[in-house]
Amino acid sequence: MPAPCYILALLLTLCFTLATSLQLRMHSISTGTPSDDMLKAVLGDGRRMFANHYFVKADVYFHSGYYPSIFEQGAKAPANARHMVEEHHDEGGDHDEHEHEKAMDFLGQPKDWIDRFGRHFYSSTHSHLDKPGEAREILPWLRLSADLDPQRIETYTVAAYWLRGHLGKVDEAEQFLREGLRANPTSYEILFELGMLYSENHHDSSRARNLWELALRRWQDQDAVNRPSVLQRWEESKDVGDIQPDINIYLKIITQLALLEEGQGDLRQALHYRELEVKVSPLPELVQVEIDKLKQKLASPPISAPTK
Amino acid sequence: MNTIFALAQVVIKELYRRKDFYVLFILTVLITLLMASASIFHDDKIVRYLKDICLLLIWISALVMAVGTAARQIPAERENRTIFPLLAKPVSRAQVIAGKFLGCWLASGMALVVFYLFLGLVCASREHEWHVFIYLQALWLQWVFLAVIIALVLFGSVIFAAPSSNATISIVVVISIWFLGSHLNTVALQQAEPMRSIIYTIYFLIPHLEWYDIRDLVVHNRPLVSGTICGLATLYGAAYTGVFLFATWLCFRRKPLN
Repeated sequence: MPAPCYILALLLTLCFTLATSLQLRMHSISTGTPSDDMLKAVLGDGRRMFANHYFVKADVYFHSGYYPSIFEQGAKAPANARHMVEEHHDEGGDHDEHEHEKAMDFLGQPKDWIDRFGRHFYSSTHSHLDKPGEAREILPWLRLSADLDPQRIETYTVAAYWLRGHLGKVDEAEQFLREGLRANPTSYEILFELGMLYSENHHDSSRARNLWELALRRWQDQDAVNRPSVLQRWEESKDVGDIQPDINIYLKIITQLALLEEGQGDLRQALHYRELEVKVSPLPELVQVEIDKLKQKLASPPISAPTK
Repeated sequence: MNTIFALAQVVIKELYRRKDFYVLFILTVLITLLMASASIFHDDKIVRYLKDICLLLIWISALVMAVGTAARQIPAERENRTIFPLLAKPVSRAQVIAGKFLGCWLASGMALVVFYLFLGLVCASREHEWHVFIYLQALWLQWVFLAVIIALVLFGSVIFAAPSSNATISIVVVISIWFLGSHLNTVALQQAEPMRSIIYTIYFLIPHLEWYDIRDLVVHNRPLVSGTICGLATLYGAAYTGVFLFATWLCFRRKPLN
């Protein structure tokens, strides 16, 4: 048996050799920040699973702990996280809210006395983080989710919506969206949200227009790649369910552009966007009324020169 | 009763002489403070994630401590042969079980007080208010939970040969009941007979440990559980604790000690 000091020296040498070898390997796979690389190296693609878990955790917090377990999700479809940002300001808000309430009624009537009694010990009523500033509680999980999976676009848009709209943290929202844009340069969702930030928070119409136009171009680029395109499928009313999110974002972009151009006095451009909108809107008759108004305004002699 | 308290005192002294509590408490403090030091969008009022993490660590630590302490009580006395002078005092076997149980339960309670005090301090530093009643209720219900666990583990210690196997099996059983117990009725309803009746019977027989876990209510600032409900849950826990202690005594009273 060799002396312990020799064994220790051997182990230290082994450690040093391994460290030099591993350092080179780590360096060759590093592309982002050290923490990103570490997560990628340790978790691999498994980090997407964790990212999803933490995104759901943010939704659980949004419902103050009232959320279906895997057993209840088996009986009922899990709630869509879209409601986290859309319930307050969408056109079909009431309908969505009703659908959401229905989806979240997963507990039903108590099945027995144990079930009835047990409901006193956990969150068993549906509520949201509605009090001022309460929404901040979902942010740690969204931050963690974005760190684990930078390609998950929804994380950036949801966090930015709450940061700029409810917590008054516009700079942080912009920084987070730009971080998302660096990780997902072709994302029209992030560009749209960034445009909303410039329009609603910075009141900078020209930058908002640039961002929304870019978002529209990116959307059209990705749509051009699809065969058949989302718009073609929509017009043919095929597979509406799975293309709904794409249509929704497209609708949002052109609606915002139409409103902006109308506000800026460029009625022709506004009419152009409204004509695109009417093709995909769930309420085409309302959009048609707007188109008629715009046509009427264009037909009447201008009172003052439009400013852009 | 004095004999039982004297036995309990020995168990409490054992807890603070051992390193388990200190290690688990320091780990909880370190992890919680590390999480608290993270700057999330420059907002220093975010607190629920901290409560969530700290409470999870408290539950894990308390479970590990309670199971670890209870599992080695009777086997250690037998292995060291100190059970013979103890029973020659004279102390009955029922008193030994009651003393061991009380000691483990009080020791767990003392550890819980320290943990919850730390939780209260961390949360108050962020929220600038004390939610004393909900913390007290959470502490009390967790302590009742630990009473059932300690009684169950003491029962295991007279059945299983080694403390390690007892601890492992007990933790697996407790975690299964804790996370799956409340859903057994949902599972039963999806099964055909006779499986449905078997699962439903298990559902009604097992102690519903999930009731005592009100972390959700604490984290999300939900209202307190009413006093009556809390009292009924305590009675339910006391009944199961009694059942397990009685079963321990039944097995232990005629068990050969050498």
